[in-house]
Amino acid sequence: MLDHKRDLKAWLYLAFPLFLMSIFTFYPLIKTLLISVFSEYNPLTDDFGRYFDFYAYLAVFNDRFFIQALSNSMVLVFISVPISTILALLIAVGLNSIKGLQKIFQTIFFLPYVTNALAIGMVFNVMFSHPLISGIAGEGLINTLFQTSIDWVGPTATYDRWMLVVLIYSIWNGLDFKILVFIGGLQSISKQYYDAAKVDGAPKKRVFSKITIPLLSPIISYILVTSFIGAFKSYESVLAVVGTAGRNLDRDRWTAVAYIYDKIGIAGLDLNGISYYSRGAASAVVLFAIIMVFTFFNLYISKRSVHY
Amino acid sequence: MITLASLPTQTYQSSKLRIQRRNQFFSSLIIYSFLTVMAVIIIIPFYWMLNVSFQSSNEVLNSLNVSFFPKVFSPQNYVNTFFYSSASQGNIDFSRYLLNTTIVAVFSTIGGTLFSIFVAYALARLNFKGRDLIFTILLATMMIPGEMLVISNFVTVSRLGWVNANNEGSYLAVIIPFLVSIFHIYLLRQTFKQIPNELYYAAKVDGCSDFKYLWQIMVPMAKSSIITIIILRVLGTWNAYIWQDLVANERYKMITTWLRSSFVDSDATGSGRVLINYQMAATVIVTVPLLLLFLFFRKYIMRGVSRSGIKG
Repeated sequence: MLDHKRDLKAWLYLAFPLFLMSIFTFYPLIKTLLISVFSEYNPLTDDFGRYFDFYAYLAVFNDRFFIQALSNSMVLVFISVPISTILALLIAVGLNSIKGLQKIFQTIFFLPYVTNALAIGMVFNVMFSHPLISGIAGEGLINTLFQTSIDWVGPTATYDRWMLVVLIYSIWNGLDFKILVFIGGLQSISKQYYDAAKVDGAPKKRVFSKITIPLLSPIISYILVTSFIGAFKSYESVLAVVGTAGRNLDRDRWTAVAYIYDKIGIAGLDLNGISYYSRGAASAVVLFAIIMVFTFFNLYISKRSVHY
Repeated sequence: MITLASLPTQTYQSSKLRIQRRNQFFSSLIIYSFLTVMAVIIIIPFYWMLNVSFQSSNEVLNSLNVSFFPKVFSPQNYVNTFFYSSASQGNIDFSRYLLNTTIVAVFSTIGGTLFSIFVAYALARLNFKGRDLIFTILLATMMIPGEMLVISNFVTVSRLGWVNANNEGSYLAVIIPFLVSIFHIYLLRQTFKQIPNELYYAAKVDGCSDFKYLWQIMVPMAKSSIITIIILRVLGTWNAYIWQDLVANERYKMITTWLRSSFVDSDATGSGRVLINYQMAATVIVTVPLLLLFLFFRKYIMRGVSRSGIKG
């Protein structure tokens, strides 16, 4: 009887939040999976249709723009994450070793941290601007500095160029959080190791590679996992740097997430009789699967090489 | 430090010391230069944003050379940006966007924080059947990316009639799906777990009810975690873009939509061209409150973000 009463009270605390979560977290999770395998899903009537098949997945993988979007996301992940992690590590080690001006440097490096990803992305867009018709307006900051007249982010920008700017922005934007976490990690390394190294007269490079890196490896692995996932899900930053007003982004510049969002709101079937929503759901499932693979691969690697 | 070093070795030691000092000087020179270069790279976009935001419209539209300082200092850009409205954006200006953002922020912060407190309390303190199961499910769900849920949630809110609703439905569509955050529950549960059990039993002996114990003992003791959650909520609302832009009616959109709108020259002579000085003024208006929040609540923001691995 007492048990029963106690249980009831606990469920009272949980009831409404769990109710909301069932509707907006658990239910959509299963439903997205279902939508992706019922290729004639109708979003207006919420009717799954007659066909249970994998045509939506087939359609997604045959879609040039989905492959492009996936490869854009992959480029972002595999170039920007390693570079910004290495830079952040160097900055954190530098910050940790200096005495004067440490506070000022710290504040500067943390500035991007609370800013809006869209807002600063738009500043990058302005910095790399280029007039479409020469002579109508001035070149942006970067073209002026390097005495060039290149379209970096506009409609005529080549893949290499706009991707370069997006990468620079992602690296710039990713530094703050990594520096913060690395500094926390560095400060938790016991001074004893460094004192011992000093007594033995170990050179600085050796100290870095034999003490700092191994002791920091759990944190490096944590940073890599979260940043890989974060970079793989990037959309807003790309939109801000190389998009036009509103949510307009050239189809060749889509990321995987942009592809998913693009399918929302298009009712009906495409030419092959596949619902746009099913395609969106299928691409979301693919995204989810890739993130899972990332995570488990990283766990596997870190089990073998991370020093705890 | 005085050691047993004898006199003859002293000259050798001092020369060694000199070399060491010189090396130290060079290595700190390298460190400082590296940090300075990186700091400049971090600052340039902020400087550029301010620089362009203070340039006159004439300058951004007609000047062929980029200027590193505004030629004509034009703070009135901010006033103009503030009152800018266009037909394509539902003829509403900044104050309306700010109102929408505030309403969403207030309700999602109050509701979200309360729910986090309730669930975290039940999971950390109360004993009931199925507690571990619920906690495991929540942890597993934390790994699922939000993009996985977007499509179904859009169908749900549109069937509830909230999508593009020209009434409070637009607010609901933005607030309700994100009201419960598993990460915030997790954060708070960990804090609640650290409060010793003895305190709970002592309070029970004194005849304190569970609910009273939560509000008078647990919540004050977990104050800093709760402040972190509140700040993360406010930041999240301020930065929210794609979902709210997708579901809200044009009159109910938020700050970021305003930021992404194109500020077009309304003059008859140069109509149709984007005024990037207004655009940058808007960027400053959106960024400055965040920087202020950062200055005042630095400690709490860092705690939250270093644990979550996400921004805002």
